[in-house]
Amino acid sequence: MTDLAWIDAALRSARPQAVGALLRYFRDLDRAEEAFQEACLRALKTWPVNGPPRDPAAWLILVGRNFALDETRRFRRTEELPPEDMISDRDDAESDLAERLDSAHYRDDVLRLLFICCHPDLPATQQIALALRIVSGLTVKEIARAFLVSEAAMEQRITRAKSRVASADVPFETPGAVERAERLGAVAAMIYLLFNEGYSASGGDVHVRAPLCEEAIRLARLLLRLFPAEPEIMGLLALLLLQHARTSARLDANGEIVLLEDQDRRLWDRDMIAEGFALIEKAVRHRRPGPYQIQAAIAAVHAHAGRPEDTDWSEIDQLYAVLERTQPSPVVSLNRAVAVSKVKGPAAALALIEDLAKPLAGYFHFFGLRGALLMQLGRHDEARVAFDRAIALAHTPAEAAHIRQHLDRLMQDSQTA
Amino acid sequence: MLYAILCYHDEAVVNSWTKEEDDAVLAKRRVVTDRLATQKKLGPVARLMPTTAATTVRNGREAVVIDGPFAETKEQLLGFYLVDCGTLQEAIDAARQLGRDETGAFEVRPVRYFAPGTQPGSQPGE
Repeated sequence: MTDLAWIDAALRSARPQAVGALLRYFRDLDRAEEAFQEACLRALKTWPVNGPPRDPAAWLILVGRNFALDETRRFRRTEELPPEDMISDRDDAESDLAERLDSAHYRDDVLRLLFICCHPDLPATQQIALALRIVSGLTVKEIARAFLVSEAAMEQRITRAKSRVASADVPFETPGAVERAERLGAVAAMIYLLFNEGYSASGGDVHVRAPLCEEAIRLARLLLRLFPAEPEIMGLLALLLLQHARTSARLDANGEIVLLEDQDRRLWDRDMIAEGFALIEKAVRHRRPGPYQIQAAIAAVHAHAGRPEDTDWSEIDQLYAVLERTQPSPVVSLNRAVAVSKVKGPAAALALIEDLAKPLAGYFHFFGLRGALLMQLGRHDEARVAFDRAIALAHTPAEAAHIRQHLDRLMQDSQTA
Repeated sequence: MLYAILCYHDEAVVNSWTKEEDDAVLAKRRVVTDRLATQKKLGPVARLMPTTAATTVRNGREAVVIDGPFAETKEQLLGFYLVDCGTLQEAIDAARQLGRDETGAFEVRPVRYFAPGTQPGSQPGE
């Protein structure tokens, strides 16, 4: 790796901790970001000459803080601070400094930084955009590309979100246990949304949006390193890894969705799956199941099956039943119906989703499944109505194309009949 | 003489490599390991899962199982075992038994990649 690539990776990975600590000092997001930016510029100048510091985050925090204090002092005409070259050689200066930078705050600094992005007044897409900008350090241009909007629109969206969180007054004191747990829950939800934003994309834009999934996984890893004993965070990371493992198999050469049962399972990423399994095993030891762990367990059942027909659908049915109890939602019931259709047949599944017609009246997948079940039952006219509705609700060309295949099959059947 | 070469790196950095970057590093290293292998000088090679997949067993009268990697700095890495277990629990139990009535700790970390290599000719201390 070249110097520049290494430094870039180091700056990226140090960013959440460094910006989080600078935010604690300055209590001002813009000022913290500006200080971090300046520290990065200095790192690009000094690290190639002096070599990488032992603790890049501590170095950046110190230099960023000095820079900001320097700016303040310049006004007051007081003495200059030592230049950063003094602390950038390979001696132990940094580790002493790092200790003085009260690393005990590290965990809460990063959590606070993430939590600020999860302000409940912000719509989900703004929370995600803000986290990508502030915590991950993606450029506005990169985020705009991932969201398929213009750079100007994204710039405006982020500026608006920032000014909203600036007036939100997130407390800077070390949070109590309850508050910490609440923050953790909000941040986990935001990371999950971020992943889904990348995952639900399909068609030609999938390559553009895959980085959102990777970023979500990176943040989930970060969160688990900070909170290593939280089974739900283990579950979250496991879930993301198990789903992301299927990425290469999810779309065919034409960019169309390949259903789970039609995917080439050899394309699944075995490393990610193995890591997902390992995390679930760790989480299960705590005997404190939660929605992320259950969803990860469902993904794991699929990952275990070498062929679609090996899938343990009754296990999946049971897991969805647990999820229905702990986190009831029409979408969960809809997913359960898929499992029920495999275990008990299409009629049982269709009965299960009748009640969902109202809450899911605008949901593509509801009509997709309803149509498929009706088709299996030979009720072709009703199936066609459901499929037409699904196409009208499709978000992506790939979704629509997938339903059109069903319709074509119905057409052929009626012609041959 | 047998030597263990232990790999240390900032995992946040390594985990943020793209697949291409990761492959490039491995390809560069493979030139060296291939040469060592033809000279019959390469024993087992393992790449471990991230530390978030680790569990630590702290020995004592009652062993304590802690999530996460071994993070203390006052103890040093002195050796390792490679065990093939069906479950994490089985591996943790093995670590508990190994450390019975001892102090110190065992970190139990799943292995991501393993190549057995050749049985090295020399023995420790030779």
